[in-house]
Amino acid sequence: MELCAKKLPPEEERRVRANAREYNEKFQYASNCIKTSKYNIVTFLPVNLFEQFQEVANTYFLFLLILQLIPQISSLSWFTTIVPLVLVLTITAVKDATDDYFRHKSDNQVNNRQSQVLINGRLQQEQWMNVRVGDIIKLENNQFVAADLLLLCSSEPHGLCYIETAELDGETNMKVRQAIPVTSQLGDIRKLARFDGEVVCEPPNNKLDKFSGTLYWKENKYPLSNQNMLLRGCVLRNSEWCFGLVVFAGPDTKLMQNSGRTKFKRTSIDRLMNTLVLWIFGFLVCMGVILAIGNGIWEYEVGACFQMYLPWDVAVDSAFFSGFLSFWSYIIILNTVVPISLYVSVEVIRLGHSYFINWDKKMYCAQRQTPAEARTTTLNEELGQVEYIFSDKTGTLTQNIMVFCKCSISGHSYGDVLDVLGHKAELGERTEPVDFSFNPLADPRFRFWDPSLLQAVRLGDPHVHEFFRLLSLCHTVMSEEKSEGELYYKAQSPDEGALVTAARNFGFVFRSRTPKTITVQELGRAVTYQLLAILDFNNVRKRMSVIVRSPEGRIRLYCKGADTILLERLHPAHPELLNVTTDHLNEYAGDGLRTLVLAYKDLEEGYYEGWAEQLLRASVAPEGREDRLARLYEEVEQDMMLLGATAIEDKLQQGVPETIALLTLANIKIWVLTGDKQETAVNIGYSCKMLTDDMTEVFLVTGHTVLEVREELRKAREKMLDSARAVGNGFCQEKLPLSAPASGLPAVLEAVAGEYALVINGHSLAHALEADMELEFLETACACKAVICCRVTPLQKAQVVELVKKHKKAVTLAIGDGANDVSMIKTAHIGVGISGQEGIQAVLASDYSFAQFRFLQRLLLVHGRWSYLRMCKFLCYFFYKNFAFTMVHFWFGFFCGFSAQGCLPPRLTPLSRQTVYDQYFITLYNIVYTSLPVLAMGVFDQDVTEQRSMEYPKLYEPGQLNLLFNKREFFICIAQGIYASVLMFFIPYGVFADGAQLADYQSFAVTVATSLVIVVSVQIGLDTGFWTAINHFFIWGSLAVYFAILFAMHSDGLFQMFPNQFRFVGNAQNTLAQPTVWLTITLTTVVCIVPVVAFRFLKLDLKPELSDTVRYTQLVRKKQRAQHRCMRRVGRAGSRRSGYAFSHQEGFGELIMSGKNMRLSSLALSSFAARSSASWIETLRKKKGGDSPASSPSGGGDKPLKG
Amino acid sequence: MKNKDNQSAQESNPRCPDSSAFKQQKLPAWKPKLTASTVLSSFFVIGLFCLLVGICLILSARSVNEIQIDYSDVCLNCSKLRESSSNWDKECNCFAHFTLQENMPGDIFMYYRLQNFYQNHRRYVLSRSDAQLLGQDVNIQNSYCAPFATYPNGTPMAPCGAIANSMFNDTVQLFYYVNSSTAIQVPLLKNGNSWWSDKNVKFRNPTSYNLSSAFAGTARPPYWQKPAYLLDEKDERNNGYINDDLIVWMRVSAFATFRNLYRRLSRTNQFADGLPAGNYTFHITYNFPVTKFQGKKQLVLSTITWSGGSNLFLGIAYTVSGAVIVLAGFVIAAIHLKRRKKKTYFQRHPK
Repeated sequence: MELCAKKLPPEEERRVRANAREYNEKFQYASNCIKTSKYNIVTFLPVNLFEQFQEVANTYFLFLLILQLIPQISSLSWFTTIVPLVLVLTITAVKDATDDYFRHKSDNQVNNRQSQVLINGRLQQEQWMNVRVGDIIKLENNQFVAADLLLLCSSEPHGLCYIETAELDGETNMKVRQAIPVTSQLGDIRKLARFDGEVVCEPPNNKLDKFSGTLYWKENKYPLSNQNMLLRGCVLRNSEWCFGLVVFAGPDTKLMQNSGRTKFKRTSIDRLMNTLVLWIFGFLVCMGVILAIGNGIWEYEVGACFQMYLPWDVAVDSAFFSGFLSFWSYIIILNTVVPISLYVSVEVIRLGHSYFINWDKKMYCAQRQTPAEARTTTLNEELGQVEYIFSDKTGTLTQNIMVFCKCSISGHSYGDVLDVLGHKAELGERTEPVDFSFNPLADPRFRFWDPSLLQAVRLGDPHVHEFFRLLSLCHTVMSEEKSEGELYYKAQSPDEGALVTAARNFGFVFRSRTPKTITVQELGRAVTYQLLAILDFNNVRKRMSVIVRSPEGRIRLYCKGADTILLERLHPAHPELLNVTTDHLNEYAGDGLRTLVLAYKDLEEGYYEGWAEQLLRASVAPEGREDRLARLYEEVEQDMMLLGATAIEDKLQQGVPETIALLTLANIKIWVLTGDKQETAVNIGYSCKMLTDDMTEVFLVTGHTVLEVREELRKAREKMLDSARAVGNGFCQEKLPLSAPASGLPAVLEAVAGEYALVINGHSLAHALEADMELEFLETACACKAVICCRVTPLQKAQVVELVKKHKKAVTLAIGDGANDVSMIKTAHIGVGISGQEGIQAVLASDYSFAQFRFLQRLLLVHGRWSYLRMCKFLCYFFYKNFAFTMVHFWFGFFCGFSAQGCLPPRLTPLSRQTVYDQYFITLYNIVYTSLPVLAMGVFDQDVTEQRSMEYPKLYEPGQLNLLFNKREFFICIAQGIYASVLMFFIPYGVFADGAQLADYQSFAVTVATSLVIVVSVQIGLDTGFWTAINHFFIWGSLAVYFAILFAMHSDGLFQMFPNQFRFVGNAQNTLAQPTVWLTITLTTVVCIVPVVAFRFLKLDLKPELSDTVRYTQLVRKKQRAQHRCMRRVGRAGSRRSGYAFSHQEGFGELIMSGKNMRLSSLALSSFAARSSASWIETLRKKKGGDSPASSPSGGGDKPLKG
Repeated sequence: MKNKDNQSAQESNPRCPDSSAFKQQKLPAWKPKLTASTVLSSFFVIGLFCLLVGICLILSARSVNEIQIDYSDVCLNCSKLRESSSNWDKECNCFAHFTLQENMPGDIFMYYRLQNFYQNHRRYVLSRSDAQLLGQDVNIQNSYCAPFATYPNGTPMAPCGAIANSMFNDTVQLFYYVNSSTAIQVPLLKNGNSWWSDKNVKFRNPTSYNLSSAFAGTARPPYWQKPAYLLDEKDERNNGYINDDLIVWMRVSAFATFRNLYRRLSRTNQFADGLPAGNYTFHITYNFPVTKFQGKKQLVLSTITWSGGSNLFLGIAYTVSGAVIVLAGFVIAAIHLKRRKKKTYFQRHPK
């Protein structure tokens, strides 16, 4: 563990030699052990204490403690401060220690994952943390990559292997990595053990898509690129095994370099409280000064004459000095305005709220068996103030599952589930899925609900057949057949996989391919097509085609692609079919599905020959190859016949659109930050109703240079301003001061008429985040209803969050599931991790975790709102009660010669012979008499029920606007407290002052104390809106305990044991037997409480808050419901969106045509055993001779080691 | 069915949270609401109650008979004498005459009243030893009694501390002029003026075969004329630390102006019904100087009622608050009704 912490000078370049631990140790590279924990046993105490005393409050109490140790000024025992202070420090320390313990535990868990390391020529099981730079490790299918590896060789031909990078960048499609040719031959362990190549490469950095280095081996140099690297956090897929050389380990890996630093998170209430504590301290000093001046004057005027009966202390020689001392005494006696119990109670309340989150059954995901978890207990009330949510896409909004959902074949739409009456029904459990049992090769996991499509296939509809034939031929999927009928597809993108699987289930089973052929099982009959060309996908073309020759010898081009592109290239023969299909496309797009248009074209032999000739020439052309190819592709993909369209559902997590709609209604802005490509992201934006067709405009920012980006942003802003001016509200954004308070800004921005959305991609974002443009970007983005950032790196995610955090002064929440979200989760005020999935990095970095995105609405709208409400009510009341309590002493100061005499039962004695009993009232007041009722309120209070919180998302707004506890509310509480203290002092004063039988100090103190406890108890009763049995118990119990303790403290027995401590003996019985005392207490209570009731009632009557209205009436209900329905319907109307959801990079076309990724087995199967190069034979030899372990089917894959 | 299965599957999972009302925050609860009817009715009830109590209090306070005689001016010469501490052993008597216009029926209480005497000063309040007053043998040096703990020669004071030292030690006798020449002493009770708990629990004489031996080895406080065991030589039960005058004095007052009970009228002979109207004289042995600290001394004769003394404050406060609350009730009712009318207007004419 200690090794992890070592600090080294920055690296210039990295040299790693394989299988040479001693050599590599010279460089002292970080080991593969990661450390997210903050302390260890030795550093815990000093570091933790140092952190804790950074809190203003703790320092304040320490200062008070020091004051109390000075005998001359100590008006309270040091005991009253040190006990709670130590308690607070201990509780916090224990909590920190527990948190850190869990961090240690999860670190250990990750560090102790097993991996197979090649040591001394043998494969050994080693823990991750013992993996060193320069080791060669073996990975198996579905395992997490343990460190950043240089891929050496793999089970697949040509050293290829497939990885999933969802953890790293959120992209769902599979990526291919290839070992450099020299190492790809090292397939067996003996060779690997002898491998002693040396890698020289760049130092560790956080660029996920860049790597440059050189491999020196056997006096040769081989350049290395990112294409040869396997990064930590990726998962090996569809490859049985591979070997890699560890280049970066542990904290040096790109993944860890991308996860920002852990920051100490504080809520805004915490920060406010720190400010308030400082203010109160200022106030305290003011009171102290007033009273000290009073004391000086009094001692000079009165006290000096009174010296006969009360001579000054030996050390005190002047009125001035006496005043000086009394200042400090008053600072101590009045310090209860900010009692330590405030901090203890706040922590207890937060802990309670955290438990409620952990216990919430409605946030328990049954499928993944994961309950919600509050991983930090200090942020709860901030959940009620969130204004911005930054969400990851893959795995958070979506399930990362593509489902073939609907299709339109020659003007007929399939896929809608119809109920008995022929109406469209929602997809659900109501109907049985189509039965595919006729097809032995069908994928059992595939579900389709519309039986009419299967019927059409069976009836032999030629269009339907051609449709599925296209799907089974036009793709770059690789198949694998472990045993007869057990097919596995390796698709580069899940969309393609879904389409080919659909075709498979409907009887057009793609069986195998060779570089020159594709074999398809068409309704049970094996047909082998000759593959003539793959016109591969790229970002510009947005389509792919294959040209195949059927066994009958007919040459046909099959094409699938984005509707916008393909519909232009159709043969104009059937306009009505085009129209119908377009309608269907609109409908699918309206449902948020990703659509593709399918078309075919028959090619004549002669034409094809000529074209192929040109293609061949173009492909060997020394320059302009890409352009020439593109032109040729363009030429052939014309005048195609429309076959139909497919609609794929990128399966959203449950309830995502509803959650987003609800959160939007709650005035929370949702930004999606994803590493995925723009099309996919926009599509998801639509399907989860963030983007709607009702939006005035969706701005796309895709500029590559600073100027372009600036221009695009400016245009977007101008458009918004134009429309705003058109509305005529004269709003001018340019003049808006950027320092406008967070609460003011949204109001202005709402003035922008219409709804806008902004989509920005990674390279533009890089420019937009530069210092001189970030404010422009932020302004523009914040004026939009929805913002989608695509192709962003993990660090950019964090930067975006940081930007909003810095300039908007709003509470931000980041939610994500993968390692690529860690930095964002750490940066945001609140980080939420989606748990229950494979990766746990995000969860480990998060403050809250649960299994489903939709739980977010409950976390924010119910738990967050309640927490905020409770905390605010708690703080208001707490400051009220302590001001009421403390200010009584202040008033008494004016009547007791400013002598720092308290006017409540504690007897104040010089320090020398202090005992704890002296201050029992002060101590007990905060700990026993008044703490439990307000704690109960802080933990249990509810203004409206949870159902209502969800029904009326507007109820969330007070939190965002910080309305329930801010400086204004604080002053109101204080004013109320001071008002109460005035009455609580001066009414008994009026009664005791003159002409009464009772005039003694002790009776007065008991009267004031009793009325104080009763008044604050009545007040808490008034504040408590939700009286559970616990509240009843605490409120009544506190009163009972007060009287019990009062009588006990004034009892004979205690006095006889400690006569100097319990001087109030007999006081309670005698004082409380007086009717006058009770009349005084009653009057005090009435005049303290009645105005509060009057104000509250008037406020309720004249300016009710929404929560009041919800609590008191049911009127608004219908209105809000209607609004809801509105939201749900939005986005049905159609624009077409094509989700050409392939990779953003070149497809696998070339790879397939070259046959590089073909297994020998599949080649042998094919009847066209075309060119069998030496390398294939070598592969065969390798497979037989190698000691590759029994491969496991990729579908039922080995689960990676995880906790 | 499926749902049920799901549910039971959920229940069986140990990670699934309990569905107890407490954990799901669904405890049954009373949700009080500030409705117009409850608020207004409570306002009127409370207001009327306060008014009623206030009037009763005022009436009862008005029924108190009280007479207050300031003798700081009358006894100017005595107070001059006392200003110089060298005259501490010289006796000085003075007389304060007053006339009762009407009979003062009932129990009569006699108080001394001091003004500007800060019995509530922190250092003063502290300066006592309750253990000593409980008759325990304590180390006075080590108590809070400073600077009135011991004499320079080490003899402890009994009782020690500033409070005890400054005890009010004027002796007052009341004479009633049956006619213009004959005066008879009004019988006054010296004991029963303090709380039972003080007299029987809080204060105890040190135990010894007699009182003076119990106080052996101690000395009287510097301002006292006589030691504690001579405070009331006639009554063993009122001597030493359990002397009522001492006990009353030791119960420090809340404010700088206060009255302490001094004597009660013994209702015997012609005073059986209280004090008859007529001329009276206070015969004061002046020991307690107040001029140094600009204090004043009064003697008060007063009857009492259930609500205490003649202080009108509570009665007036109750009456005023009651009136204000009732008034506020009307104002709130008016606002509420107006508001409701408006609301219904909007409901009738939605935009």
